[in-house]
Amino acid sequence: MSHRYIPNTEHDIRRMLDAIGVASIDDLFEPVPESVRVKGGLKLPPALSEADLLAHLEQLAAKNADASTHGIFLGGGVYRHFVPSFVDQLLLRSEFYTAYTPYQPEISQGTLQAIFEFQTMVCQLMGTDIANASMYDGSTAMAESALMATRLTRRDRVVVARSVHPDYRAVLATYAENLGLPVVEVGYTPAGAVDLEALRQAADGAAAVVFQYPNFLGVIEDPRAIVQAVRPTGAMTIAVVTEPVAMGMLAPPGELGVDIVAAELQSFGIPAAFGGPHCGVVAASEKCLRQMPGRLVGMAKDTEGRTGYVLTLATREQHIRREKATSNICTNSGLMALCASIFMAAYGKQGLPDLARLNFDKAHHAQQQILRGAPAARARFGAPFFNEFVLSGLGDAARVHQRLLDQKIVAGVPLARYYPELKDSVLICVTELNSAGEIERLADAIAAAIRAPTGTRKTATAEVARKPKGVKPVVRGARTASSGRARPGTARRPAGSGSSGAARTRR
Amino acid sequence: MYPQDFKYTHDHEWIQIADDKGRIGITDYAQNQLGDIVYLELPEVGKKVKKGDVLGTVESVKAVSEIFSPVSGEVVEVNKPLTEKPEAVNGDAHGSWMIVLKLTDPKEADGLLNATQYAELTK
Repeated sequence: MSHRYIPNTEHDIRRMLDAIGVASIDDLFEPVPESVRVKGGLKLPPALSEADLLAHLEQLAAKNADASTHGIFLGGGVYRHFVPSFVDQLLLRSEFYTAYTPYQPEISQGTLQAIFEFQTMVCQLMGTDIANASMYDGSTAMAESALMATRLTRRDRVVVARSVHPDYRAVLATYAENLGLPVVEVGYTPAGAVDLEALRQAADGAAAVVFQYPNFLGVIEDPRAIVQAVRPTGAMTIAVVTEPVAMGMLAPPGELGVDIVAAELQSFGIPAAFGGPHCGVVAASEKCLRQMPGRLVGMAKDTEGRTGYVLTLATREQHIRREKATSNICTNSGLMALCASIFMAAYGKQGLPDLARLNFDKAHHAQQQILRGAPAARARFGAPFFNEFVLSGLGDAARVHQRLLDQKIVAGVPLARYYPELKDSVLICVTELNSAGEIERLADAIAAAIRAPTGTRKTATAEVARKPKGVKPVVRGARTASSGRARPGTARRPAGSGSSGAARTRR
Repeated sequence: MYPQDFKYTHDHEWIQIADDKGRIGITDYAQNQLGDIVYLELPEVGKKVKKGDVLGTVESVKAVSEIFSPVSGEVVEVNKPLTEKPEAVNGDAHGSWMIVLKLTDPKEADGLLNATQYAELTK
């Protein structure tokens, strides 16, 4: 059997099998139990010619919704921002495009200098002393930051706010589970910010507390208050930033006393694609230097006194220190970091605040438009927000969302999947790319969708009728935290005692 | 070359024992192998270790290596000033103590190498 793109001939395969003493390729799969093996080959249609295949793939791709077909108000960790043409143009330069691990400084000064400048700009943006050369994405940056805090504090429990991106928390849980690291979750207040009192209690004896700035629900947390609450406990503070454009407007977390910043820089010139590639980074105060995951580029002088750049602290990386390495991250997202660097350098000290302001204004304008048009809808949280907000009072939010999707509007992220208590809500994001007309269309469509009589409306009415009279409504502001059973005091429960309420412990 | 009143390990630490306490450092051979030492990571006072446990790390320009405890005991003192000038270890390894351990069992040290044996080991 020959395949166009697999160059091994029958003869090659025979020789390889003979060399290792195996009779057939199937024998290589002997360790896989018979019961789970595919029998009789895959049921695939005959292969297409290249021209037919391209036509077929184009047809499939046309089924995707994207910004050219839909009005998109999706955020929740990935943001649609304008990517100026110069970003891609500079990325295409061959000396960057092929850049790989710059182990040899004598032939990699360009790449090393680009990474050094990336680190420098991240430090300026986040208000920190040091930054690493980037990581896979924000979620792994957050998990690695938490592990760094356990090494630095020599404590073994991490507290994470429930207002941190749910997917980020899932990644942390994956890391933590196999390391036997307990993770405690703390709920949010009716205003949508982390419950400070519960956080303070849970932080006692913990290595770190993790919060997001602005948080997943769009609310701008107060890092200074969090640092003040947590500092006496000796736990480190980790701020997660998923929307770095907000840093054009907000005080840098490092300047507010936060120890570690775990950020995702996709917003900086990297298109909002289906799942990546992304660009994470860890920025921190200098006391974290020796425990920093990933690699760092430093500035040095050569023997003739000229400035040069080298990988530094590599002695702590995995290729040298093996299982005793600081972390298992042994690389960086070089090209994506370069992308973010070009974006940061080009927008600069004036452009980024302008961009932030535009996002802020458009999002607030959109919120007003929607609330004006649809009296039933309401802003879930009164707290300040940047370019995302939770819109509630939609009844069955999934139905409203689908209705708008039918009209080619992606009305944000329905929140039921992440927060059962927010099933009447969507997370709406508005960036500089959403036009005034698009925003108007969104507001009108939401108003119409809430009003629209449908089959499901009957059920909703019936539900309301079943509720006993005089019961305090559970929606607005009645609960402190994550679920109906949540109490701040439950945050200190010992490990493994169950999984509900304001705090949940994983082991 | 190697002080007669020290005991030595196969991992290149030295220990100078007086009563139930021992001062610990790394040998001249170790510093020479590591090259320029740039950073010392020492344990917290109160840490209890068994023989062979990691007490800290020594970082040079080319490697990071562990300090293994020659005996079992509890850390009662660490040389903080030395962490400010770790390069001193390169200049005088046997005069640069890092940790003082209160020994759990002073007889445990009997199994360590003496100066002659250690000199033989590193020949």
